[in-house]
Amino acid sequence: MTPSYLAQDPTLADFGRDPWWLVLGKIVFAFAFGLLATLLGVWFERRVVGYMQVRPGPNQVGPFGLLQTLADGLKMAFKEDILPKAADKVVYFFAPTISVICAVTALSVVPFGPMVSIFGHHTPLQVTDVPVAVLLLLACSSMGVYGIVLGGWASGSTYPLLGGLRSSAQMISYEVAMGLSIVAVFMTAGTMSTSGIVAAQGDGTQLTIFGQPIPAPGWYAILLLPSFVIFFISTVGETNRAPFDLPEAESELVAGFMTEYSSLKFALFMLSEYVAMVTMSAVTTTLFLGGWRAPWPITIWEGANSGWWPMLWFFGKVIALVFVFVWLRGTLPRLRYDQFMRFGWKVLLPINLVWILVLSGLRSIEDWDSRGKMIAVGIPAGILLIATLFWPSRRRQPKPTTQEQVDSRPYGSFPLPPMDLQVPPSPRITRVVAEREPANIATGSDSREV
Amino acid sequence: MTTSTVLAAAGGVSGGEEVTFWILAPLALLGAIGMVAARNAVHSALWLVLTMLCLGVFYVLQAGPFIGMVQIIVYTGAIMMLFLFVLMLVGRDASDSLIETLRGQRVAAIVLGLGFAGLVGGALYRALEGTTAVGLEAANAEGNVQGIARLLFTKYVFAFELTSALLITAAVGAMVLAHVERRKQDKIDQPSTMRARFAPGNYPGPKPGPGVFATSSSVATPARLPDGRLTERSTPDILPVRELTARETTLKGTDQ
Repeated sequence: MTPSYLAQDPTLADFGRDPWWLVLGKIVFAFAFGLLATLLGVWFERRVVGYMQVRPGPNQVGPFGLLQTLADGLKMAFKEDILPKAADKVVYFFAPTISVICAVTALSVVPFGPMVSIFGHHTPLQVTDVPVAVLLLLACSSMGVYGIVLGGWASGSTYPLLGGLRSSAQMISYEVAMGLSIVAVFMTAGTMSTSGIVAAQGDGTQLTIFGQPIPAPGWYAILLLPSFVIFFISTVGETNRAPFDLPEAESELVAGFMTEYSSLKFALFMLSEYVAMVTMSAVTTTLFLGGWRAPWPITIWEGANSGWWPMLWFFGKVIALVFVFVWLRGTLPRLRYDQFMRFGWKVLLPINLVWILVLSGLRSIEDWDSRGKMIAVGIPAGILLIATLFWPSRRRQPKPTTQEQVDSRPYGSFPLPPMDLQVPPSPRITRVVAEREPANIATGSDSREV
Repeated sequence: MTTSTVLAAAGGVSGGEEVTFWILAPLALLGAIGMVAARNAVHSALWLVLTMLCLGVFYVLQAGPFIGMVQIIVYTGAIMMLFLFVLMLVGRDASDSLIETLRGQRVAAIVLGLGFAGLVGGALYRALEGTTAVGLEAANAEGNVQGIARLLFTKYVFAFELTSALLITAAVGAMVLAHVERRKQDKIDQPSTMRARFAPGNYPGPKPGPGVFATSSSVATPARLPDGRLTERSTPDILPVRELTARETTLKGTDQ
């Protein structure tokens, strides 16, 4: 192959040397991707949820109802913009824009593909990359919540305020779990730049099965499965999607933080929600699903990871993750608020901490010889096994029978019927069985009868 | 390493850095002044957020991208969000009162503040005038994050661990103070609720609604039990039990 395939993985040195028109083009592309993803995402969600609920979903405007969202957006632009009397005007105005800006900014460090050639310029398909790109993503998602919280506060009404309060507590809780699952990625990849993380997921070890070399996947979703699961759960919590959509729980809070919003401001909140969903899917793809790299069966074809093709694999993975978001919404009922908080702090966080401890232990014995490794892994595993086997379990008292419970009731309790009471069948009820003449229509004597 | 990082590491001040500084520095100052001057507590917090964001960008400009991002995530994202949470719990109309309790306090505060700012600014200017920053390149030689990690886990590891121990102690202390011990017996589960319901002396059925078998449909009129007695359980506690007199129940003659 040509040497350009060798230099397909962008490094940090490849960024920051584009001409201005290329930078502008990339920014416009990322922005347009966000907007387009919203337009198609709403349609996609409604169609998929419709399919799951055995109904067609939007199907009138445009082919397959594709333009329904556009029509809704236009309608929203022409609606009356209501400013509540009790609202804090400046904050009320700026809250939706904060949400949108933060959601879109996060797309700037997401790698869409490898190095490509655009009008003779060799450039990575990514707006920019910094040594702390993943932290930038975290910062964007934590700043985006300001829009929701401030929108809820500035509306000057009770339901939005409750939604905003819920959102702030939710964000603080789930960002901790999210940050801890990224720690495992940092430890394995050794870098915080998104392009570096994608590159680190590229080289899995080669397995040889039946003489056929099969590259074992280097995806962190497989290597760091607990982190992946926890990260995805926290992204659902962070983007306020069902089953964690407590800030806008329509059965409890009307529409939560956006109850008082209308017209374009409401549209902006909708936009930010869907852009955040797509951005989070893209981030999950980048961190855990190998980014733009093709999965195994496609990599048999040599050119799969070069040129413009990787963008296709990237979009495929993102769409698959968005589908999971929609699937969750169509399947799971909303959590109660205390259950949600308990889940975050008492389940996700401890599991994450233990997993990071195990992972760092495994990383630190990586260079040891095999005997040392056996001892280092075997002793804790043995202790754990023995502890689980000999853990003192409290012997359960045999449960009293129903008759014993009835007998032990104090005098004067509410009367109960005898336990062995069998109600005899009423003599008045006789079983009526319909007996009907068999209808032989076709065999009538008269041929015209039929 | 990004271009700005490279430039900052080389010791020079690039044009972009200067422009960014002169845009953001007034904004940061404006945020600080607005934070003090704002009447509304939430507005005050928002001005502080502006200042913190500007500081985060300054850190990034000065070749410290890690500390800049951490500043934004931790201070702006988590701590200010907690502040907002508390402020919103307090209520949105909790504004400061405009009445000065100490006479001349505001003027004195402004004068003292300006004087202090002048002192600090003058001292910094005199101390740093003509000094060129050195050693940034060496500090960021193997990457900003790696450099900080090396220092944190070698030279300052003791201080780092001490700080974390202090924070954990504070967190555990707060939890102990806020925790309400509830014994197992106090917990009322569903079976014990049902046992209490069917225990002797408690009528397990629903309470009779007000006005059942009564002469009036008012909530103040107690219900009658099947044996004809009045039951007080059917009326709210704050309402006195009262039955209509014969005079009140007779027809008023208005239907003729």
